[in-house]
Amino acid sequence: MASSVSAAAKASAAFAHKKELAAATASATTQHRAGSSRRTKACRVRAVASPARAPSAPASTGSVKTAMTMTEKILARASERAGLEPGENVWVDVDVLMTHDVCGPGTIGIFKKEFGEDAKVWNREKVVIIPDHYIFTSDERANRNVDILRDFCMEQNIKYFYDIKDLSNFKANPDYKGVCHVALAQEGHCRPGEVLLGTDSHTCNAGAFGQFATGIGNTDAGFVLGTGKALLKVPPTIRFVLDGEMPPYLLAKDLILQIIGEISVSGATYKSMEFVGSTVESLNVRSLLKITLINCHSNMEERMTLCNMVIEAGGKNGVVPADETTFKYLEGKTSVEYEPVYSDAQARFFSDYRFDVSKLEPVVAKPHSPDNRALARECKDVKIDRVYIGSCTGGKTEDFLAAAKVFLASGKKVKVPTFLVPATQKVWMDVYSLPVPGSGGKTCSQIFEEAGCDTPASPSCGACLGGPRDTYARMNEPMVCVSTTNRNFPGRMGHKEGQIYLASPYTAAASALTGYVTDPRDFLM
Amino acid sequence: MAAAAPSVVATTAGASTAVLSPRPAPTSAFLRRTHVTSHRHPTLKCRRAGPLTPAAAAAAAAGGSSPSSAVFHGEAFVVGDNIDTDQIIPAEHLTLVPSKPDEYRKLGSFAFAGLPSAAYPTPFVAPGEESTRYAVIVGGANFGCGSSREHAPVALGAAGARAVVAESYARIFFRNSVATGEVYPLELADAGAWKECKTGDVVTVDLGNSVFINHTSGKEYKLKPIGDAGPVIEAGGIFAYARKTGMIASKAAA
Repeated sequence: MASSVSAAAKASAAFAHKKELAAATASATTQHRAGSSRRTKACRVRAVASPARAPSAPASTGSVKTAMTMTEKILARASERAGLEPGENVWVDVDVLMTHDVCGPGTIGIFKKEFGEDAKVWNREKVVIIPDHYIFTSDERANRNVDILRDFCMEQNIKYFYDIKDLSNFKANPDYKGVCHVALAQEGHCRPGEVLLGTDSHTCNAGAFGQFATGIGNTDAGFVLGTGKALLKVPPTIRFVLDGEMPPYLLAKDLILQIIGEISVSGATYKSMEFVGSTVESLNVRSLLKITLINCHSNMEERMTLCNMVIEAGGKNGVVPADETTFKYLEGKTSVEYEPVYSDAQARFFSDYRFDVSKLEPVVAKPHSPDNRALARECKDVKIDRVYIGSCTGGKTEDFLAAAKVFLASGKKVKVPTFLVPATQKVWMDVYSLPVPGSGGKTCSQIFEEAGCDTPASPSCGACLGGPRDTYARMNEPMVCVSTTNRNFPGRMGHKEGQIYLASPYTAAASALTGYVTDPRDFLM
Repeated sequence: MAAAAPSVVATTAGASTAVLSPRPAPTSAFLRRTHVTSHRHPTLKCRRAGPLTPAAAAAAAAGGSSPSSAVFHGEAFVVGDNIDTDQIIPAEHLTLVPSKPDEYRKLGSFAFAGLPSAAYPTPFVAPGEESTRYAVIVGGANFGCGSSREHAPVALGAAGARAVVAESYARIFFRNSVATGEVYPLELADAGAWKECKTGDVVTVDLGNSVFINHTSGKEYKLKPIGDAGPVIEAGGIFAYARKTGMIASKAAA
């Protein structure tokens, strides 16, 4: 109790003297650097693939007191502390606060109640408001909630509001993006070393950029809206070292399902999950087609899939160290200066897990838990009723390219209704314009059409979480669905007796082709 | 404040706020159901009661009637491990905005609507009702896992639940419970309590003595101390805590 009060008092003092602090430490802190020096960060020494070491006793190293993991470093910098340890509660400066149509109205209500009807947000450029959950519906309250966001954004002159007014044609809305976590990345709001909070549990998705990103509730978000600060407890870090050549039938989704199955849905509670290793550095959906250049776009989306499901293991946040791939992805997307941080070589981790990725097989999470892991091939007798490819977890461009590869390899038609929901407008356009390598110039959309899939739908969260009754692809009767989404608890996609098998886009496409849960090697090898 | 209090059993005469120690043996009077308001301290409902009044704040500061000595009596609603937020409040109801009073009440009526009926034949909120008869929820491990939706602890609190007594919590749910003050998230010292409890058991949650008592089964269970959340709950939620520690200015209206 005492430590948190004194920490708060310290922070309070820091808050009061922030201007003096900033001037005094302009050269010492590395928060802002000029222009193109961003690229040189990649040369900095960092502990990305250091071998697992047993926790060393403090006396033997001498510098353990200041050695920190990257999560600890990010929070230390954000709270203006030279060093801190897991378990401490610190007030941090928030770089970006995100909210959407489900939690935004409640957050705004709390903000106004606590700070006053005429209160102004702490920084109109650091609040990003993204309607995405219940958009293409006739539900009046859902539509009203988007109006509430709009009224607030106009009143506060919020810089980033990805508005939608014409629900009958998403393309008629130039500002509308779609799924918040993918939009945050695509619009350059995710930057290494920063603190990003969002009123959505999958905010951890942004950890792929080497930042601290986590989900919070309306009350905490209302607080951040007014102050730009949040009280956070520093989590210890579990390190996951993923090495080995990624087999051509595996995707990041298989890796994270493997991990969650290993540690359970509470295995990372109050912990940070750090993903390192040669596999993480070179994750690349397009490697199947012998493209040797690391495709930064492909890599970043796969890293996002990894970090996206950290919450499913109970994790507070996930991180992937920023590297050349990250910097290249961010080129042209953001003009805000950023400074990556990396775990110290002597940093202490709560525990280490090592995976030889080359030995892994495609997996699914069976109903009704994301940790109910099973090999896809062992579920081949499970008859399914539909397939859903979408959401922040599995509805990105690379996810659709992956699904298209399987359909292309098969040449046959799907045996069950196959729903495709691109996460954002950008993804939708990629689906309709990017040529799929090896197809002779066909786009994903053409391949999907030839395979008999449903037409790609308007971008949003869609049926990942059920939603209002008229949501496209919502499960309104008990049925079995293979889905590239993130949760399969009872009732997740609508009906309480529905059965959801979480899977990678490869596995989802393969299953659509057979009408049973299917290992994608049946088509890819 | 909730429109209807959950029905609770009468305690021994005159002991509306007393700790039940020693435990009374079950008698017909003890088991008779009457509408007695369960003990509720205003600072625990900081979200609904509004900012702490100077009097309540002084009382809290004096420690005489602080949240940490609160006692809840009531019937228990028992669930198992890994109860996720989709089961606590199905996503289709998330169009309801918790900061609007009428929608807040509606959220309460849908609390636990996502629990599969086969495993949970007794609904938390009876059909046609807006609130629950169960003041205390007993759960297993990882209670509240899944989404960050604050609607989850809000729905439970709006329905009339006062406390959750579980083996462990998912972190966002725990944090939201503390931040909103909607339900008291208490942790049991040992595992397995939920298996020895049944929905409808008469229970007492005694924070001052850190004990959870099931009168129907006759068993007692130790509760863990509230930990880091203590100062935030003591202050009355994250906003009150921030004002108390000088992070934000005091509300002019208070």
